[in-house]
Amino acid sequence: MDPKSKSRRELLKGGAAAVGAVAASASVSKIAFAQTPASGALPSYAENEAPMIPLTDDLIGYGVRSHYVTSKRIPSTTGYAISPDEFGLSFHVATPLQDSIGTIQASSLHYTATTKKTFIPDIDPAKHTLMIDGLVDRPRIFTMADLKRFPSVTRFHFIECNSNSAAPTDKTVQQTHGLTSNAEWTGVLLSTLFKEVGIKKEASWFVAEGAEEEKGASTIPMLKGMTDVIVAYGMNGEALRPQNGFPVRLIVPGFEGIFNTKWVRHIKAVDQYQLNMNDYGHLNRTALGAAMIYQIGPKSVITFPSGGQKLPDHGWYEITGLAWSGQAAVKNVEVSTDNGKTWHIAELKNTPHPMAHVRFGYMWNWDGGEHVILSRTTDAIGQVQPSREQLAKALGVEFTPQYRPPGNNNTIMKWKIASDGSVTNGLA
Amino acid sequence: MASLKLVPVFLLLGGAALAQTYGVGRAPTAAESAQSITLSPTGAGLPVGHGNAVEGKELYTSKSCIVCHGPEATGGVTSAPNLQAKFGPDHNAWERRGGGDQVAVRAPNAIILWDFIHRAMPLGNEGTLAPNEIYALTAYLLYVNKIIPEDQVLDQNNLTKVKMPIGNEYVRVPDWKPNSPRIPASLLKIPK
Repeated sequence: MDPKSKSRRELLKGGAAAVGAVAASASVSKIAFAQTPASGALPSYAENEAPMIPLTDDLIGYGVRSHYVTSKRIPSTTGYAISPDEFGLSFHVATPLQDSIGTIQASSLHYTATTKKTFIPDIDPAKHTLMIDGLVDRPRIFTMADLKRFPSVTRFHFIECNSNSAAPTDKTVQQTHGLTSNAEWTGVLLSTLFKEVGIKKEASWFVAEGAEEEKGASTIPMLKGMTDVIVAYGMNGEALRPQNGFPVRLIVPGFEGIFNTKWVRHIKAVDQYQLNMNDYGHLNRTALGAAMIYQIGPKSVITFPSGGQKLPDHGWYEITGLAWSGQAAVKNVEVSTDNGKTWHIAELKNTPHPMAHVRFGYMWNWDGGEHVILSRTTDAIGQVQPSREQLAKALGVEFTPQYRPPGNNNTIMKWKIASDGSVTNGLA
Repeated sequence: MASLKLVPVFLLLGGAALAQTYGVGRAPTAAESAQSITLSPTGAGLPVGHGNAVEGKELYTSKSCIVCHGPEATGGVTSAPNLQAKFGPDHNAWERRGGGDQVAVRAPNAIILWDFIHRAMPLGNEGTLAPNEIYALTAYLLYVNKIIPEDQVLDQNNLTKVKMPIGNEYVRVPDWKPNSPRIPASLLKIPK
């Protein structure tokens, strides 16, 4: 017998013996009730019970998932650097969307990215402060304890990297779409802090700067800051994790990832668009190009069945995935199982929130034949996720099979199901 | 009529709620305010200093930039980026960046180079370069990218006046409004 898979019965027997020994030495006969029946027989169903997980202090203190669940993040291969690089710098790390359940991504699996490559700072929250100055009436420094004295908000929002889906022909949905995650964020609205410091009326932008070694900084419209930006210290019911910006970060709903300044330490109200390294990345040759690298458009992707997975047999399956928009809540999601010839309204599994992932599902009776499955979403302001062909046409450029959408690619993703049930990238 | 009279009252109440402050936090000290490194594209706030490419080239070696970015700033030694744009001034500025080229050749303002060296370099020793050193390193990078001559001295007054290859041929992010579409309708070729 494998020594690791000690049955509950054995453990109980051992435990009972140990308890018996303690009882004897302590001369406490009352403990006898914990012993197994005199015959030693347990009900027969106990033979099927699983081995026990040793209850350690760590397990009591901060739980761990089952060792049967092995879903992991991977360093993203899109962009110019792998994480970690030879200096130990972190860049893009993709979340395992193929295994995602519901809409909240566990913090330990939430995708992470940095503005360039950067070290993950180990910040003492007792020493961290956020300074707000520039064009304000009352410049202020807030400690973490100060920030928690303001009225808080708790909201669902996704974050997505501009480079997500830059390589849409990769094998798995983790590779093609893994640079977006959704979480519950808790913090104080930036507008609350802006009222506290008194923003002067000539302030039209603000610059948010992180405390990491490269001090990544982005320029964001003041109106956005006054609308829905969160200075977040909480994520999914606990403090942020270091990779997600501990102890405090910005959530800039719907704007591409780089604006969501992690480890935020300084916010300066200014009267013109600044030219930080991050801002310069948002300059473009054309107004259209600049728009495409700014906010995330309406987007959806099927996470099951997706590339690398396999349907074991024909019959019923729930095709499921995630949908989101950078401007509004999702209104609906449609699924096609015939490469876009016909579309079916999918069921939304949770209440759609503005700039948040929603889980969709569509029950499908697979006939064992070859199919191309896809999803598209429409958001609450009427934006429809385009196909690659539709986007090219709308932007007035010629469509070729090699067409690369500018900026964040929000076009329709395709998965191909072969007659043996194997799933591959339908765009590859 | 009564309901109409109530409107201003509600507006007042709303105004009071919006103006709510809590008196939490404290004013930064002069020393804390001085730690702000955010620079205006006008150059306001740049520290006094000067340097040229000749001085910059020496610093490029002595400050160990060369170890990661390579001789001649062409990269390839480590994953630290190439600092010489692939193409020269005979190319349109928008085409002068490619692959791992990270120096801001297509930036409209040389202050971006100064700012990035100041805030982020050298890796692990950020914030240790003196203003003169940063002006000199900026001049060196502009020189190797054929934007300024080797002997041009950069300082707090002329840094933002360097004529960058891109000129005014760029567009910044569009204006933002709540609930407005990602792509402004005016930019679409066909109506939705």
